[in-house]
Amino acid sequence: MSLLEVRDLRVSFGRRRVQAVRGVDFDLDDGQRLGLIGESGSGKTVTALAVMGLLPENATVTGSVRLRGSEIVGAPEVALAQLRGAAVSMVFQEPMTALDPTMRVGRQVAEVLRLHQGEESGPARERVVSMLAEVGLADPVRIADAYPHQLSGGQRQRAILAMALINSPDLVVCDEPTTALDVTVQALVLQKLNEVLTDSGAACLFISHDLAVVSQVCDKVLVMLDGQVVETGTVAELFTNPQHPYTRGLVATARFDQTRPGQRLPTVEDFYAPDTSVGGRP
Amino acid sequence: MHLALRIARRTGVFVVSLLGASLLIFLLTNALPGDVAQVLLGTDATPEAVAQLRAQLGLDRPLPMQYFSWLGGILVGDFGRSHLSGLPVLALLAPRIAVTLWLVLFGVIGSLLIAVPAGMVAALKRRSWPGFTISAAAQLGMAVPVFWGGILLVMVFAVWLHWLPANGYVSLATNPEQWAAHLVLPSLTLALVQAAVLIRYVRSAFIEVLNEDYYRTARSIGWTPMRALFRHGIRNASISLVTVLGLQVSTVLVGAIVVESVFTLPGLGSLLLTAVNQRDLLVVQGTVMFLVLAVLAISALVDLSYLLIDPRQAAASEQGEGSA
Repeated sequence: MSLLEVRDLRVSFGRRRVQAVRGVDFDLDDGQRLGLIGESGSGKTVTALAVMGLLPENATVTGSVRLRGSEIVGAPEVALAQLRGAAVSMVFQEPMTALDPTMRVGRQVAEVLRLHQGEESGPARERVVSMLAEVGLADPVRIADAYPHQLSGGQRQRAILAMALINSPDLVVCDEPTTALDVTVQALVLQKLNEVLTDSGAACLFISHDLAVVSQVCDKVLVMLDGQVVETGTVAELFTNPQHPYTRGLVATARFDQTRPGQRLPTVEDFYAPDTSVGGRP
Repeated sequence: MHLALRIARRTGVFVVSLLGASLLIFLLTNALPGDVAQVLLGTDATPEAVAQLRAQLGLDRPLPMQYFSWLGGILVGDFGRSHLSGLPVLALLAPRIAVTLWLVLFGVIGSLLIAVPAGMVAALKRRSWPGFTISAAAQLGMAVPVFWGGILLVMVFAVWLHWLPANGYVSLATNPEQWAAHLVLPSLTLALVQAAVLIRYVRSAFIEVLNEDYYRTARSIGWTPMRALFRHGIRNASISLVTVLGLQVSTVLVGAIVVESVFTLPGLGSLLLTAVNQRDLLVVQGTVMFLVLAVLAISALVDLSYLLIDPRQAAASEQGEGSA
């Protein structure tokens, strides 16, 4: 049995039932890292939120999402709350706003621990500080006592990473975790993510619009377009032998080393015209 | 800006507003037709007798002189004496202030106890019937005049059920039990009317929280929606709620004055109404001045309370990059 099994997942929003995800299937094994790549509006974030059971009230979900065999779709809120933060956790895109601005960072990390393990504040504090050190934050004691506004984006994102990993979850869902960071910080955070995932052995569903970023973390990649998976393969396969024209476009835009200075940069549209292609838009 | 500077500046604004208010109060009360000498002597009095009494009371002095002698008195804690009873205004005010203060305090606490949980549920269940019901009830509550709400509560709890006294007041020192019993219905009236107004603000403040990223983070670490809202919503929402509360202070005081007259509580409201009717101007001025002082003091405190609630503002004050 896989850790995560997604079968014919369909998500639509509102009364008009606009479909954001249209029949997605995939499996994720223990310790595996799966990249979900696609442009804005391709349904990748909605897929991630469906895995977490965190879709907004106006979403209609059909199909199946099973975590270690237990169904997430339609499960009661209390049961889902027990899974979240313990068996499965999430790292969001916006580190600047993802932390409570009125609460010290250390307390927010400790909260995850206490919520699921009921630890007393003494040992929790030690565990929090060591977790903050593990995600590569120098001076973790100061960080723990700081409010979010006193930290940089990279520091905040690593604090969020600490929150996501402190309970050693089986699965970490990362939704564009480095998109809001500048490039040097991005590399640092990705490197730390790699390290802590390897150390903990957690599986990872990594969402990004950037093939270059995904290739640094993941072994396998799903390419999403208009709510459907159009191509699946290892990172190497995608780079060397992309099948779908949209994937070919993605690969070309990710490989700046093949572009000469002064030459026009390639765009996805050079390879993929939405109207004529298979799996295209309505 | 530095914390000390911010407090100093706020105090400056406070003093200037008080001075402005004192002038306005003085001019408005003196613009009232009729005077206390006429009231004291009755309608049959000769003009000479009235003039003599006016001179005795100092009412024949030019207005600027009257104003400055009144203001000078206030600065040393002397609000003058009632023309009618000869008692110091402060002595008249003191027992009344206690009554109104209790009423306002319990009214505000009660309204928060009603509005915060109700507003949270209204926000969380805004797309289903509990949310609709609460919003509709709040709309209805806002349409109910204070005095009518009070009369309704008296009918139910005093006249039919005989649980509580219908009106009157017993001081805390005399009999704490009776004191509490006499304050329940007036406080509840004030609380219900205020809560109806507050619920809408609480609801929209919490809806804002529901759309925040940190709320989603709280959900993702395992809080259920209601507990996430409690844990991470209340402090964030209170930043905007405190502003509303500060703005509502004057409304609450006006409400309290109406409630006092419904329940015949001997508070500032009844003192003020009697004094206006009898043209006892120094009492009117003293009472209104106190009310203004209370409103201004509370809004100054509200301003400073942001520093306690929002660490970002406190930090801005310390680092000298915030605004007043």
